[in-house]
Amino acid sequence: MIQISEKCVGCGKCTTVCPFGALSLVNRKAVASAACTMCGACVKQCPVGALSLPQSGAAKKDLSAYKGVWVFIEISNDGRTQKVRPVGFELLSKGRELATQLGEELCAVVIGYGTQPFFAELSQYGTDKIYSVDGPAYAQYNTIAYAHAMVTLIEKYKPSVVLYPSTYVGRDLSPRISSQLFVGLTADCTGLSVKEGNLIQTRPAFGGNIMADIKCPDYRPQMSTVRPNVFKKVVTTPGRMAAVVTESIAVPPQAAKVRIVNTHMDPPASGMKLDEAEVVIAGGRGMKNKAGFDLLETLAQELGGTVGASRAAIDLGLKPKEQQVGQSGVTVSAKLYVACGISGAVQHVVGMEHSDVIIGINKDANAPIFNVCKYGLVGDASQILPRIVEQIKANKK
Amino acid sequence: MNIIVCIKQVPDSTQVKVDPKTGTLIRAGVPSILNPYDHFALERALEIKAKTGAKITLLSMGPNQATAVLRLGLALGADEGVLLSDRAFAGSDTWATSYALATAVRKIGAYDLILCGQMAIDGDTAQTGPGIAYHLDIPQITFCESIDASGNQVVVKKLIDGGHQILEADLPLLVTMTMPHDYVAKYPSFMAAHKAQDKVIHVWTAADIGADPKKLGLNGSPTRVDRIFPPPARAKGEMFSGSAVELADKFVEILKKESVLK
Repeated sequence: MIQISEKCVGCGKCTTVCPFGALSLVNRKAVASAACTMCGACVKQCPVGALSLPQSGAAKKDLSAYKGVWVFIEISNDGRTQKVRPVGFELLSKGRELATQLGEELCAVVIGYGTQPFFAELSQYGTDKIYSVDGPAYAQYNTIAYAHAMVTLIEKYKPSVVLYPSTYVGRDLSPRISSQLFVGLTADCTGLSVKEGNLIQTRPAFGGNIMADIKCPDYRPQMSTVRPNVFKKVVTTPGRMAAVVTESIAVPPQAAKVRIVNTHMDPPASGMKLDEAEVVIAGGRGMKNKAGFDLLETLAQELGGTVGASRAAIDLGLKPKEQQVGQSGVTVSAKLYVACGISGAVQHVVGMEHSDVIIGINKDANAPIFNVCKYGLVGDASQILPRIVEQIKANKK
Repeated sequence: MNIIVCIKQVPDSTQVKVDPKTGTLIRAGVPSILNPYDHFALERALEIKAKTGAKITLLSMGPNQATAVLRLGLALGADEGVLLSDRAFAGSDTWATSYALATAVRKIGAYDLILCGQMAIDGDTAQTGPGIAYHLDIPQITFCESIDASGNQVVVKKLIDGGHQILEADLPLLVTMTMPHDYVAKYPSFMAAHKAQDKVIHVWTAADIGADPKKLGLNGSPTRVDRIFPPPARAKGEMFSGSAVELADKFVEILKKESVLK
């Protein structure tokens, strides 16, 4: 567990920050209980430097050879057409900022078949270089094949940072790679920056309402996944063409152990997609039941929007997981976001705070959701919504 | 067929409340449950067992209290439990956790299929399953809604962005499961729980599984917390209170002001 030195003055600051409630004061000295997970969250809170993690026994490696910010570009393929998943452009845009701060190159890694037509567009985000692995064997995503290609490239060219989309593909691929390379991987980052040469990866943590900055100072590359819509895409080098480096990498035989039988795409017209909706009417545990969510559906229909839900509502089975707004769900950036009966845990807030106009409706005037709302209505959404719908209908006439 | 199901004890997120003053989560008094994704995965393993007569071994890592979820799994119909419990595992991130679990799988020995929940609801990383698969040098299929295993083959329905795929794979294999939103976890009867009391739970230390100390706990964890901080404070927006009718009218007024309604 966490080490507490003689220097401890018993101020108790650490006891309030421990995400696991493992620290307490005994005889005016901090004491860690068995609940300590050695997460290290308390170390920086101590004003006298009395807290420390045991020294890592891992051998320090020379990391100076690792240079370059890479973005794994996911090509989506619905069986007929393929295109770059837009999150790739968002990651290149953020990657450009990081690469500039580090004084390193920004590189896109494109694995697939017939991907060359995408290179011009991928070059416009300040991309210096494109690593291309192209061939029929890569036409469909396969964990073993793609992981082997990425590991081969990373070992050969040694980037300092690799970013992945937090999509089904990115979340399947990236942990396989980090395991093989023995490097860190931080999931669903909501912020990325550079401090003292290290990538600082910000995310809500410990399943709670607290943000954590995560770093991997002794390992390279530093790897992160990021959900779509978290960063904005910014074209910085229109008309420029990145240098293309083509690598031919054979697919390991083990890849054939998993085979696609068929692929089904959901019909596109099954309602508006949450991450593209301009109006999102979201509900939380305060909507209580299906009847409550029916009210949200009605309002969403009147305003031409779609319904989202907080994690608490998803956990109660009130909406399918695809409708979850938040860090572990979908990130939205709507013109109008209405949060009904949502308390406003940080896990939810990071998924909707970039919306233009946010209106909160909650019985509890102190609910944290009101801290991100432009307008806050203190009341019971189940009581208020029927009247709103009536009024909107009347207004339309 | 030998199936290993990896399970984790987590705080019940539906019972966690937000402290209105500080905005932090109140963890005290929150009950622990079997991670719902793992619960779903275990039920799928039990279906395969019913069909093929497979043997199911449960594997978990955590403090002694985690025995509770192993007991639950045994009562549901699993055959044997293994708990990795040792201070040497403390401070493990997903890298060290998957290494430790994979090393324990090797010690268990015979396995054809490893099932995991797609992620734990207290961490949300979805990294441990693929990590275990890498360390065992076997293929993985993640985010599966259903699984059917017979003979030496597995067929799964896997979620992909915008749809799903049907995949087939050879054993040995690791599969991570995700449950449908209307999934309701099954719990054992009192009788089943009572009968399962005699089933064995092995408690293994790092030394028992022959793990490399350089890959355990903090040593095996590349990620470090640099600092934790409350979400940035913001100015509260305009607040309104009143009767439901007054608030509804205010809402419509706001929509007009923001040009959502004409």
